[in-house]
Amino acid sequence: MRLWFPAVIFLLWLVLALFGPLFALSPDHIELSRILLPPDSHEWFGYDDLGRSLWDRLIVGAQTSFIVSIAVVTISLLIGVTIGSLSAFVGGWFDHLVVRIIDIFLAFPGILLAIALAGLMGPGIDNVVIALCVVGWVGFARLSRAQVMTLKNRDHVQAAIALGAGRSRIIFKHLVPLIAAPLIIEATFAIASVVIAEAGLSFLGLGIQPPTPSWGSMIRDGTRYMLVAPHMVLVPGIALMLVVLSVNLLGDRLRDWLDVRTRDRN
Amino acid sequence: MLNFLLSRLLSALFVIFGVSCLVFFLIHLVPGDPVEVMLGESSQPADREALRAALGLDQPIGVQLINYFHGLLHFDLGESLHSKRPIADILMERIPATATLAAAGLLVAVVIAFPLGIMAAMKKDSAWDSGAMLFSLFGISIPNFWMGPLLILFFSLWLGWLPVSGQSGVASLVLPALTLGTALAAILARMIRATLLEVMGEDYIRTARAKGLSERAVIVNHGLKNAMLPVITLLGLQLGALLGGAMITEIVFSWPGIGQLTIDAINRRDYPVVQACILLISLTYVVVNTLTDLVYAWMDPRIRLGGGR
Repeated sequence: MRLWFPAVIFLLWLVLALFGPLFALSPDHIELSRILLPPDSHEWFGYDDLGRSLWDRLIVGAQTSFIVSIAVVTISLLIGVTIGSLSAFVGGWFDHLVVRIIDIFLAFPGILLAIALAGLMGPGIDNVVIALCVVGWVGFARLSRAQVMTLKNRDHVQAAIALGAGRSRIIFKHLVPLIAAPLIIEATFAIASVVIAEAGLSFLGLGIQPPTPSWGSMIRDGTRYMLVAPHMVLVPGIALMLVVLSVNLLGDRLRDWLDVRTRDRN
Repeated sequence: MLNFLLSRLLSALFVIFGVSCLVFFLIHLVPGDPVEVMLGESSQPADREALRAALGLDQPIGVQLINYFHGLLHFDLGESLHSKRPIADILMERIPATATLAAAGLLVAVVIAFPLGIMAAMKKDSAWDSGAMLFSLFGISIPNFWMGPLLILFFSLWLGWLPVSGQSGVASLVLPALTLGTALAAILARMIRATLLEVMGEDYIRTARAKGLSERAVIVNHGLKNAMLPVITLLGLQLGALLGGAMITEIVFSWPGIGQLTIDAINRRDYPVVQACILLISLTYVVVNTLTDLVYAWMDPRIRLGGGR
């Protein structure tokens, strides 16, 4: 697929999320006469089971998924890169310990740990972010550790050590810039998976709480009315799929462009 | 080989220990007093103290941890707060459903991915290839919790071919297995294509062709066999995603497995059951991954005969 398609979808998501509040939306406004009304020329996406506009809810849901994914990826990236590169650079018992901890976190399959954390800490947007960060830092830590391992014996790093530069200076000035390309690509794919994870938690009722709309909880509400109002499950699902699809496509493009092991995914 | 075996088992044991510790501490993440959260705000102080004592939460954390591991080693996971039954019994009832679903999902993934990946690699840059990769892209981008309702909408509600949910024979397994298997099929097909393309450029493939083998024999005996190693590793790793996905798929299709038990337990604040479910699924994953590593080592003569990594 050409680049314009994912770029347009991504920009649309970004603009709706950032400027959505300017549209004077009323995602919680109930119109009893319009309950479950299908899409028409006036209201493109129809109404839900409480007579709320799906368009308004979709846009507020876009904000939710955007805020959560950017927050989670930024925090996970910072924590992961710091721990991962420090671990590789310092080495010794500290490195062993970090590797073991990473192994333990990786032993929780997929979204399971996030489900457990969100389930026990209670629902809400802040707990969703915390739960997904606890799961998310590991990937960045592993990647930056592996990358720093291959770089730390380079001449310029040795020179910096010889000149007496401190650890944090060497890591953030001399190592991290070199591993930026793979990190950016990993972060792009991480955005896609966080969007899915947030929606998944909300689908399970463990994420964003009603009445605040999330694409995940919109899909869950929709599954109860599939026979009479299939648009309720189709609209948020298509939005979710398009965003994830375009972020994944952009990630692929970015990988080709930055030329990081194109052979891996091909 | 023995060294490799031992080091692999040792690290698996360590991970199992770490995971169990982490799961133990999960209950302390419950905001405020977990006993009060479990029993509700209107509960009597006497009941709270009774539950606190029953869960051992009144003891020092070190003692709690020792008791917890003592219980784990004896397969004693405590009692459900909701049904008052031993958690081990409840888990045993639910395991078959989840295992069936996961196995069926895996089957779907393998059946779709292999033909698709091989075809895409053999006819690289053709319409087949782009079609297969497009499928793969969609498969990766459609989450279980939307794929499921989508399939129900088409096959159950509109076409009326398959039941919506529940557990009544093979027909009710089709949609959950498809839901669960598609994402894995997508990732797997991509991987098979990529590794096969890489392998097919090797010298021994040229040799196989040069000695006059049929293209089929070249692909199956020389190409696929070598491409299998990374694919098996990926399959083992992805089994985690499969297990995680099974939880959500179970919710979509009201499938009475571990996933549904977990979510029900979360909603009922039956935290000991939540802990046990999380522990069961992650330990299954660790065991499967370790087995994958061992199979990998056994299949790869470089590791099998080389003595360690």
